[in-house]
Amino acid sequence: MTTATAPTPAPSPAAEREGLGARLVRGLTRTPVQVALVIIGLLWLVPTVGLFLTSLLSAEEASSNGWWRIFSEPSLATFDNYSDIFNNDDITSSLVTTVIIAIGGTVIPIVVAALAAYAFAWLDFPGRDWVFVLVIGLLVVPLQMALIPMFSLYNDLGIFDTELSLILFHTAFGLPFAIFLLRNFFIGIPKELLEAARLDGASEWRIFARVVLPLGLPAIAALAVFQFIWTWNDLIVALTLARETQPITVAIFSQLRQFGSNIDLIAPASFISMVIPLALFFAFQRYFVQGLLAGAVK
Amino acid sequence: MGTDSVTASPPPAPSPEPAGGGRRLRDLMTAGAFLAPAAVLLAVWIVYPTVWTVIRSFFDRAGDAFVGIDNYSEIFSNDTLLKSVTNNLIWVAVVPALVTALGLIFAVLTERVTWSAAFKLVVFMPIAISLFAAGISWRIMLDVDPQRGAVNAAITSVVDAIEPPGPLTGAQPSGAEVETSGGAIALADPVQPGQTALLGLTGVRAAEVPDDAQQAVRPEPAEGGINGVVWRDFSPGGGEPGVVEPDEVGLPGVTVELRGAGGESRSTTTADDGSFAFEGLPPGDYRLGIGSDTFRAGYAGVAWLGSSLITIACIIAYIWVWAGFAMVVIAAGLAALPRDLLEAARTDGANEWQVFRRITVPLLAPVLTVVFITMLINVLKVFDIVLAVAPASVQDDAAVIALSMWRVAFTGASDFGLGSAISVLLFVLVIPILVLNIRRFRREQ
Repeated sequence: MTTATAPTPAPSPAAEREGLGARLVRGLTRTPVQVALVIIGLLWLVPTVGLFLTSLLSAEEASSNGWWRIFSEPSLATFDNYSDIFNNDDITSSLVTTVIIAIGGTVIPIVVAALAAYAFAWLDFPGRDWVFVLVIGLLVVPLQMALIPMFSLYNDLGIFDTELSLILFHTAFGLPFAIFLLRNFFIGIPKELLEAARLDGASEWRIFARVVLPLGLPAIAALAVFQFIWTWNDLIVALTLARETQPITVAIFSQLRQFGSNIDLIAPASFISMVIPLALFFAFQRYFVQGLLAGAVK
Repeated sequence: MGTDSVTASPPPAPSPEPAGGGRRLRDLMTAGAFLAPAAVLLAVWIVYPTVWTVIRSFFDRAGDAFVGIDNYSEIFSNDTLLKSVTNNLIWVAVVPALVTALGLIFAVLTERVTWSAAFKLVVFMPIAISLFAAGISWRIMLDVDPQRGAVNAAITSVVDAIEPPGPLTGAQPSGAEVETSGGAIALADPVQPGQTALLGLTGVRAAEVPDDAQQAVRPEPAEGGINGVVWRDFSPGGGEPGVVEPDEVGLPGVTVELRGAGGESRSTTTADDGSFAFEGLPPGDYRLGIGSDTFRAGYAGVAWLGSSLITIACIIAYIWVWAGFAMVVIAAGLAALPRDLLEAARTDGANEWQVFRRITVPLLAPVLTVVFITMLINVLKVFDIVLAVAPASVQDDAAVIALSMWRVAFTGASDFGLGSAISVLLFVLVIPILVLNIRRFRREQ
């Protein structure tokens, strides 16, 4: 697709003075790629845009018309579904539940993981690296392994169907990755900084709080965005380990049996459930990508 | 005062160990305190349940009787469970490779444009939304009705452009004088010149009646010709079939065909009031009717959410979510490639394809492997998207291992023994990947 880079072993000065013609040729060969990318990009937006436009249709309209009809008939669009949803106690309370679980499921694992990561990075104890590898190994235990026993245990302990029990489940399964990521970041902190603090007589707790945590903030931010979105988007844990404590995903799920007739609730509720993660994603994109790359490439 | 525990990894510095047992114990206690919360959580929520589930998988539904490997053989003898295993194999065979390939293509292409950040943002965005909500979006996209499902609307418009549907797709004969034959609608009896032909149709959709249609008029017989009318034989309140009545409109633009006894044929098109006329006909019996092209139905759309295509539908949605992840990770790897190596190859006369095939891909191999393995793990555990995309009626056909586990254990039968066995199967499938990951980690240390 690129004839522009055909074998023209031009001496470099000529390349420097690459004329308008050459640049034009290169630009033209790039055009198909540009066009393809524009089309792919637009196609990628369609499902999200479609969901949003569907959420603006009444149930009757949505059952007879596709969302794209709004383009030719803008009067079909209405925010009635949204006002209905915000007056629907089930949905609003499920949003509150989601917020609670997501915040708890982010803060607790980060605190716990930061402590452990510090120990793995900067404290000396027998079998340290071996234990660390074991923790990494837990990374791939599917959470399905814990659903049945925790269902029974939660019932026995009487904490079934509570926000705390969901938060703790997310915490535990978030820990291996969080420890892995934070330990790898902490170990990159210059040793001199810690040694200086130790010589000044600071305790390990103090070093952790005053030196390592502030320096580890970028990694913690990346992790926080990651864990928050992960917990926010959960379906299976809440679906299994709760009845009344419904986050938004479970609330939508309970409407799915009548997909067609409940579309005026399903579509706007689904879109609302996307808004917070998307906002976080756009606001902290850099951290998000860092967290991702740390998890995938490191 | 300070604990001398600075023997962290990279350079194995000889640590000055000035004190004896007391200090060691205190170091150990400090480390223990830092590790304790994580240890408790991991032990109670991951290690204990894992052991429990493995043991539980050898017991029956209620957990009273030891049943050996019965639960495991059940997985491979029960049709629905077996189906979920084979479905998951399809996922494993298709998705990681496809996602990695798409990510590679996107990453390489975006290197060539200046606005790559915008493209990456758009394609990467679905990773932030829940798989469940993504599944809902695609369930709307893939609706079988082209009026509602965007994918089928697109497919239908292409198919209909190649083979256009007729102007009157749903029409039926209104009375006994008119009958259908092989998609066409024709007069039941032959007509002769001087007679009139009444082709009454019902079931004509309101949208299919042209705007310029006028009140139908019963034609006058003509000497040596056949006059007739094609009309919508339906008026509010019903009306009498086969009779042209007030409020019944003619159907303009319909092609009427006439065939003589000798096989010769003529055709004409109806006027605004639905009337048509064949003139100058020799005496004889004629067959008269409207060809099947007029009634050919539009393409009805692909049944994405039906039992045979549902797994493909879920996979499409899943790839939409994850392609951006692959692209971003591979693009990061691409950015880290030594530019001068690529430039050197180009200067040596390699074309873009050769550079890509012989240099870029081999150098990227480690990154591609990471993406592939990550997707492999994800795909084995796929759950939410199937639950969202597949309607309840086809969930047996769409089922995957994780979904079957949940359905067996927490809906209907509540079979914890079988559910545990399915979980263990999932775990066993993931273990080779775990070993691979630990090896990779060890190498990096």
